[in-house]
Amino acid sequence: MDSIYVKDLCKSWGSFALDHLSFHVPQGCIVGLMGENGAGKSTTIRLLADALTPDAGEIRLLGGSPQDPAIKEQLGVVFDETGFHHVFTPKRIGKMLSGIYRTWDEALFQSYLERFHIPSEKAIGSLSKGTRQKLAIVSALAHRPKLLLLDEVTAGLDPVVRGELLDLFLEFIQDETHTILFSSHISSDVERIADYVILLHRGKVVLQAQKDALLYDCGIVRCSRADFAQLSPDDYLFARQTNTAMECLVADKAAFRRSHDHLLVDRVTLEELLLFYTKEEIS
Amino acid sequence: MDILLSNSSDKPLYEQITVQIKGQIMDGTLAPGQALPSMRALARDLRLSVITVQRAYEDLTRDGFLETIPGKGSFVSAQNAAFIREEQLRMAEDHLQKAAEIGRGHGISYEQLAKILRLFYEE
Repeated sequence: MDSIYVKDLCKSWGSFALDHLSFHVPQGCIVGLMGENGAGKSTTIRLLADALTPDAGEIRLLGGSPQDPAIKEQLGVVFDETGFHHVFTPKRIGKMLSGIYRTWDEALFQSYLERFHIPSEKAIGSLSKGTRQKLAIVSALAHRPKLLLLDEVTAGLDPVVRGELLDLFLEFIQDETHTILFSSHISSDVERIADYVILLHRGKVVLQAQKDALLYDCGIVRCSRADFAQLSPDDYLFARQTNTAMECLVADKAAFRRSHDHLLVDRVTLEELLLFYTKEEIS
Repeated sequence: MDILLSNSSDKPLYEQITVQIKGQIMDGTLAPGQALPSMRALARDLRLSVITVQRAYEDLTRDGFLETIPGKGSFVSAQNAAFIREEQLRMAEDHLQKAAEIGRGHGISYEQLAKILRLFYEE
């Protein structure tokens, strides 16, 4: 079953437009939404969380509509900027949220505060960014949601805090009915736990694939212009020119190596893939 | 169960997992019938995506090292280690035979082949 189903989603304002976005996220997995600044990651998550209204298209979350209060109860949403007022204390936040969610688990919330060393009586404004971010995430988990939508939640955090959050996300999906969609700039540790990757570029989905298939099957060929001239356009997905060489993305590096054993084929990182798909110099 | 993953290795993570679990089945560290951690639990412990662990478990099941019972989990195959070793030996012999044939047919000396094998083995 799909936890998230998006079909032909459109939203535009000014010069920005999400253009017929379609993707789906199976239950029980972690999906990373990647893309450059302004690619449409945050807009997508805001549309899913019903914080924005789409111009056109369809969204189904956990089999229902994002406007349905029963569905909203099962969502945990965290944005980059936490919406909590800085004079409130974590304890007060828990109290407010317990009035909003019928399924709020105060004991679970308290245990999270303790585990992540979040002082419950201090004003949020006096907490560090990492602590505020941890608070936002545990607040989104304490009503025991089934689907977590996370927008850039690990950006700007140190590796220790990122590691703690990573563990928390992996614990969350121990229940195979749980699902996580997170948007991210590239950070290798968060990337490590994603099962699928969706790549956005200028408001469009340019790539949706299993992460392991991308990392282990795709490759980058670096060759001279003369070698490149010998390749057929069927041999590669994309090519671009640098000052010193040609770089081509190939879908199956093992097969490419067999047929072109004199050329250098490297493993590809998600960061390189992102650059490949977003660079305009496609020849 | 000990599994040590290297980030700098050329081997994909799922392959590092399969190789190590296979090794532990062969040397008896993992006994026949023994339950393996669930895929999700192992993904959590290794800080990996579930799909990576799933791929490793699927490969191990396909090769007869594990038996996966839906809803119950994965277990070390009751098939004994001697049988598995026999099977692996037969596979290695097949490949070596092919290498020897290519060598004989194309003037690659035995010494050269042996050198290459040593190189791969010690890699």
